[in-house]
Amino acid sequence: MSMNRQETEQLIQEVLEVYPEATGKQRAKHLMANDPSLEKSNKCIVANKKALPGVMTARGCAYAGAKGVVWGPVKDVLNISHGPVGCGQFSRAGRRNYVTGHSGVNIFNDINFTSDFQEKDVVFGGDKKLAKLITELDGLFPLAKGVTIQSECPIGLIGDDIEAVAKKSAKDIGKVVVPVRCEGFRGVSQSLGHHVANDSLRDWVLHERDDDQSFQSTPYDVAITGDYNIGGDAWSTRILLEQMGLRVIAQWSGDGSIPEMQTTRHAKLNLLHCYRSMNYISRHMEEKYGIPWLEYNFFGPTKIAESLRQIAAFFDDAIKENAERVIAEHQPTMDAIIAKYRPRLEGKRVLLFVGGLRPRHIIGAYEDLGMEVIGAGYEFAHNDDYDRTFKELQDGALIYDDATSFELESFVERLKPDLIGSGIKEKYVFHKMGIPFRQMHSWDYSGPYHGYDGFAIFARDMDMTINNPCWQKLKAPWQRTKADALPAAA
Amino acid sequence: MAMIRQCAIYGKGGIGKSTTTQNLVAGLAAEGKKVMIVGCDPKADSTRLILHAKAQSTIMQMAADAGTVEDLELDDVLKVGYGGIRCVESGGPEPGVGCAGRGVITAINFLEEEGAYEEDLDFVFYDVLGDVVCGGFAMPIRENKAQEIYIVVSGEMMAMYAANNIAKGICKYATSGKVRLAGLICNSRKTDRESELIEALAAKMGTQMIHFVPRDNVVQRAEIRRMTVIEYDPTAKQADEYRELARKIVENKKLVIPKPLTMDELEELLMEFGILDEEDESIVGKTAEAEAKLAAA
Repeated sequence: MSMNRQETEQLIQEVLEVYPEATGKQRAKHLMANDPSLEKSNKCIVANKKALPGVMTARGCAYAGAKGVVWGPVKDVLNISHGPVGCGQFSRAGRRNYVTGHSGVNIFNDINFTSDFQEKDVVFGGDKKLAKLITELDGLFPLAKGVTIQSECPIGLIGDDIEAVAKKSAKDIGKVVVPVRCEGFRGVSQSLGHHVANDSLRDWVLHERDDDQSFQSTPYDVAITGDYNIGGDAWSTRILLEQMGLRVIAQWSGDGSIPEMQTTRHAKLNLLHCYRSMNYISRHMEEKYGIPWLEYNFFGPTKIAESLRQIAAFFDDAIKENAERVIAEHQPTMDAIIAKYRPRLEGKRVLLFVGGLRPRHIIGAYEDLGMEVIGAGYEFAHNDDYDRTFKELQDGALIYDDATSFELESFVERLKPDLIGSGIKEKYVFHKMGIPFRQMHSWDYSGPYHGYDGFAIFARDMDMTINNPCWQKLKAPWQRTKADALPAAA
Repeated sequence: MAMIRQCAIYGKGGIGKSTTTQNLVAGLAAEGKKVMIVGCDPKADSTRLILHAKAQSTIMQMAADAGTVEDLELDDVLKVGYGGIRCVESGGPEPGVGCAGRGVITAINFLEEEGAYEEDLDFVFYDVLGDVVCGGFAMPIRENKAQEIYIVVSGEMMAMYAANNIAKGICKYATSGKVRLAGLICNSRKTDRESELIEALAAKMGTQMIHFVPRDNVVQRAEIRRMTVIEYDPTAKQADEYRELARKIVENKKLVIPKPLTMDELEELLMEFGILDEEDESIVGKTAEAEAKLAAA
């Protein structure tokens, strides 16, 4: 079915031939055939390097990583997009980070707050305007628990002292005010923005209640980190943890809040889903508060069961028994889902190109449905992500780092996958090529995909995409073969 | 309408750019030329001698007060002073905040859009902040702006270093456009053999010392009264000097792509005139203690 290592390497060489020599030489370092026996990726793939001009990279910027990914989902802060209006408006409420509450009263994610920079603010500096804005916002939204200053490019260029404004404003309004130096020109992708945002949480938020002993902790307190509650992912995760007797005291940062973040230090274990975007703060909490952290994977029943057992292993026998009970309770439902969809999806070949976690994390869910991931790549992964990827993919699978538009299209033309999982920038190109496509950043306006509840939706979505009758209409009747016929509905 | 000649005045900070510019512009006006001065320095002191004002209201400050630069009219920012000289100041922030360079860009764009250059003008003079720290301060010498650059210099070492650096900057724009070095204006600090030295420097750079402006206290006396020498005391000898400079600029045809000196060439020149001592390589990096030991040995 899929290619062996030699064939994959051959394909890579053919695709690279089209590039000018220097470009080809650079891009060659970002492409490889998988070898599951590899432990370390640094000798076989180059990652987290600046994209070459002209290749139409799918990457975002540091602001996208800080404001869009990490801070955006926190529901009780006012995220100020500090600079001209566009960055804030075009990233407003775009990631479907679900929250509970009342918009404009105690949740603020769906509102674009911006300092709306004009020429005069660039020339004379925006610090005074920013301070005024923070005071005004505090008057308008008294239930907000804090303010963040998400720095857009001009702020870094003109050297405004947003840290000084943050310190003074925090005193004035009596809440956390967090300067986030996520100017878009910094770094090579949104990945730096994750790091910058993590650091801002570490330096301006996390420790603020270290002297407060009023929190009543239990031996079963855990925190979910690196789950942004896209389509409700964190909720379908939380249910399982609670069913096994754990208490989730914080969600970072989907449906999360400032007070939760400040009490996270009482957690006995940090559960890290998106390693790429929150390993920084997890490591910090381990160092400072001694909280261990565990990477887990809640995509598909196989990985969920594996993860539940790993999590339970940190706790007493009661929790371990609970984990087994939770797995057993959900097994019949999972079996039924697989029985329904697997015959319709068996053997379908998938190509993934997503951000920094899903290309490896979601493989198990496809495999539970009898599908095969034949290629996977990340927009902004680092080498430690590839270290974690090799063993998840089969031998010879294609791996591509920061794939260019040309590479993706070429790979798809050659490999003819049955399904592509990537983002909105890729979607319509592949639709036009007649290939079923799912957005795997936003779950294509569906979800959740995490947890047992999520798997039911995931399986349904993959089926309705791949087996959608529309794909039949792309072929003239005389061109159709028997294989093109629709599988019978289960 | 004849071509407007657009000139930019650059030079080391404190060398006397604003004073020289206003005095020579007064000389041009006295000859009947129609001139506009565009101050490109947040300090906004490029027009005070023409307007008898402490500081002219600047484009950027008025834009900030009005809301945006689009809210302004040309008449709001353009003031007419001695000899019908039109004056505008770009303005900008206090030191340490914001972006003064962007202020220059915004102000010049505004003047263009509002048709300030379509008036019946013979000359536009840009008086630019001494240190060209970013692209904003190169705005006056980009495409379709100033094509003649005058560098104000004196016989002091740092002033000549600065002049040479500015020439390097001009080369960058000269090769891609029409901007040319038009000459060095020596604003005398009464150093030794100053005129000769600047003439030698100009020759090496492929340009000319267009005029040697001697030092004269009447300049300061006029400044205290917020006036140019030509207005304060047209009979003064110094007024003749500025009129002479103005006449030379009117007649100036020597517009060149400069040949900036290398560091070695410049130092050689300075040594030739006794401003810099012969470099003694053996003392480089030696502490006082090490030297004392060597002397004792």
